Amino acid sequence: MEKQEYTITLYTENSIGMIGRISGIFSRRKINIESLNTSPSEVDGIHRFTILINESEEVVRKLCRQIEKQVEVLKAYYNTDEELIWQEQALYKVPTDIIAEKAPVERLLREYGASAVVIRNDYTVFETAGHREEIDKLTAELTKYKLIEFVRGARIAIIKDSAGFHSKLKQFEREEPSQETIENEFLDQADKVFTM
Amino acid sequence: MSTLEKTETKPEQNTTTATQLSGSQAVLEALIHEGVETIFGYPGGAIMPIYDALYDYNDRLKHILVRHEQGGVHAAQGYARTSGRVGVAFATSGPGATNLVTGLADAMIDSNPIVCITGQVFASLLGTDAFQETDVINITTPVTKWNYQITDASEIPGALAKAFHIASTGRPGPVLIDITKNAQLQLFDYQGYNKCDHIRSYRPKPIVRKEYIEQAAELINAAKKPFVIFGQGIILGKAEQDFKNFIEKGGFPAATTVMGLSALETDHPQHVGMLGMHGNYAPNVMTNECDVLIAIGMRFDDRVTGRLDKYAKQAKVIHLDIDPAEIDKNVKATIPVWGDCKETLPLLTELIQSNDHREWLAQFRELEAEEIKEVIHPELNPTSDILTMGEVVRLLNELTNGDAVIVSDVGQHQMVACRYAKFNQSKSNVTSGGLGTMGFGLPAAIGAWYGAPHRDVIAIIGDGGIQMTIQELGTIMQFGAKVKILILNNEFLGMVRQWQQLFHDKRYSFVNITSPDFVAVAKGYYIEGNKVSEREKLKDALRTMLEHDGAYLLEVMVGKENNVFPMVAQGTSVSEIRLK
Repeated sequence: MEKQEYTITLYTENSIGMIGRISGIFSRRKINIESLNTSPSEVDGIHRFTILINESEEVVRKLCRQIEKQVEVLKAYYNTDEELIWQEQALYKVPTDIIAEKAPVERLLREYGASAVVIRNDYTVFETAGHREEIDKLTAELTKYKLIEFVRGARIAIIKDSAGFHSKLKQFEREEPSQETIENEFLDQADKVFTM
Repeated sequence: MSTLEKTETKPEQNTTTATQLSGSQAVLEALIHEGVETIFGYPGGAIMPIYDALYDYNDRLKHILVRHEQGGVHAAQGYARTSGRVGVAFATSGPGATNLVTGLADAMIDSNPIVCITGQVFASLLGTDAFQETDVINITTPVTKWNYQITDASEIPGALAKAFHIASTGRPGPVLIDITKNAQLQLFDYQGYNKCDHIRSYRPKPIVRKEYIEQAAELINAAKKPFVIFGQGIILGKAEQDFKNFIEKGGFPAATTVMGLSALETDHPQHVGMLGMHGNYAPNVMTNECDVLIAIGMRFDDRVTGRLDKYAKQAKVIHLDIDPAEIDKNVKATIPVWGDCKETLPLLTELIQSNDHREWLAQFRELEAEEIKEVIHPELNPTSDILTMGEVVRLLNELTNGDAVIVSDVGQHQMVACRYAKFNQSKSNVTSGGLGTMGFGLPAAIGAWYGAPHRDVIAIIGDGGIQMTIQELGTIMQFGAKVKILILNNEFLGMVRQWQQLFHDKRYSFVNITSPDFVAVAKGYYIEGNKVSEREKLKDALRTMLEHDGAYLLEVMVGKENNVFPMVAQGTSVSEIRLK
């Protein structure tokens, strides 16, 4: 199977050591994490991981089973780029005098939807958010204009088809055990997943 | 796992008004509420408050002082394996805790329910490179099902309840709880102990899907050549009888993994032997002949499957397992039956048609006859003067009639023990299957005996493995575990030597191991012993060992360069199994 970009979305308890436990699942298999973001989720008290890796579907599926097996992980999803709304954020620090002198820079920034966060005599900081390719292009352009510092944030992503985790969580709580089969979409997709 | 986890019972409410307890006392109260009777451990600076509290709990908790923390954790594993309960080990911080790692890894891969409690430096000293400080949580993360560090005593009852719940339910595994010394000393308002029966992020018991049971039954009913392969899941799920009902109704030939041994009695007419690298001829060959392969509570380890792309490709695979990560991991399942086999097997049994598959079973017996002629008979009844490991196990079977617990270490003797030992009842085989931990045998046998003190516990160990943990003779000496130690001495690290002979042109590189006078060593520990190398003395020597009231060490000198066969060489298919 061919490798491609997959975004793994995890809902976890917010406990110390989770990043270590999860990153170990990748490093043990010598799989590189392209980016990793942890944040609160739509549900109070539940943490959300967004992990970007480049792997085959089979490997990603197995990774998600191993991750979900961790006691403090509630759910693991994996999606291709098409199934997501995703963004990465970037910050650029460039010399102000050059920005002021060169008109193309301003046009460039407009083109990529970047905006100034800080403007000082000596340097200016711009920020932008978008897909990787756009950020890469802007980086390449700004490098020509003495880019002083650059940083890109981890990918964050919203799953187009997801109804969020509020209702799912209730199935995990003792108070409202699910009447339907709990968390078994793995088996629901057996036709797709299990091929001889 | 139903009796272990007790999910059906309401949490035990201790409604007495809050009393002041120390963290250490709360640890011991938790153990008592969880039904723990025996602890294997070793004290040290950072766990001293717990040991101090233990002084007052001596009447309710039996503590076995091992000689090395690795021995403690292996003993806890052995205890869990023969008793079906959670094994408990104590160790101090730093080196005490790092000495647990091998045992944790072993318990993780072999799904043993154990809870290890380690002391840790004061919370205020964490991260300062304090004396005997190591980052135990990070070190043990990949080899534990769950671990947790406690820095405040009030967390102790809840964390321990969670630990026992996680260790014993679902696919069992090791849990480590690291408790800082200040938390052990701290007094807090103890509200009683409530057993844990639910963690929202943890779903040990999948809801069984009937449609997959139905599809599996349909496939089984249409099968001409169905073949059941089973693992430790049957034992962990306490589903031995359900399993037997299933194979008897369907008339399926059934073969075991190393870890599944004793789940079905060896003499059962449908038991066709052991799978894997040194398993039996018929089940390995027939894996690539069957039309429906029914895998129950096993995980298709590479030692079982041999070369994966030539493994059971002709068969439709039904995989019953409680751990969804195992389904489709190595072998693609046609029908996944995710669930506790205690639940799924009766459902499946109900839907399958009675059958006897007589001719199909007879094909297994034909291949078996070939193996008996070529391998088994010569191994068990050798004609030369040199003793074989196999004949020792055969005599042991004759004397114990298959009622003993057989603990083995790792190597040739382990494979011989697993191949030839007779088992009449479940939980009788204790061995390091997944990790292959040399040195496991002796300490695991000590734990196995405490887990089943009324049974004969025989530790079959090689001359290499015994020297890795021989210090545990001291534990036997002090606490009196009636373990029978049977050393099969071939004066080599036999399994490595066998590989060097077969695959490295007989270049014997550091496999020649010398041994001390084991009987004299045992004597030094006040343990009786004997050594034999002649056939005519062997049976009496074994009988003396078994009849001795107490621990006993018997060293048997066996052929130096004997090999274990059959063998599925690494990288070859199960159907390419060689008889010599």
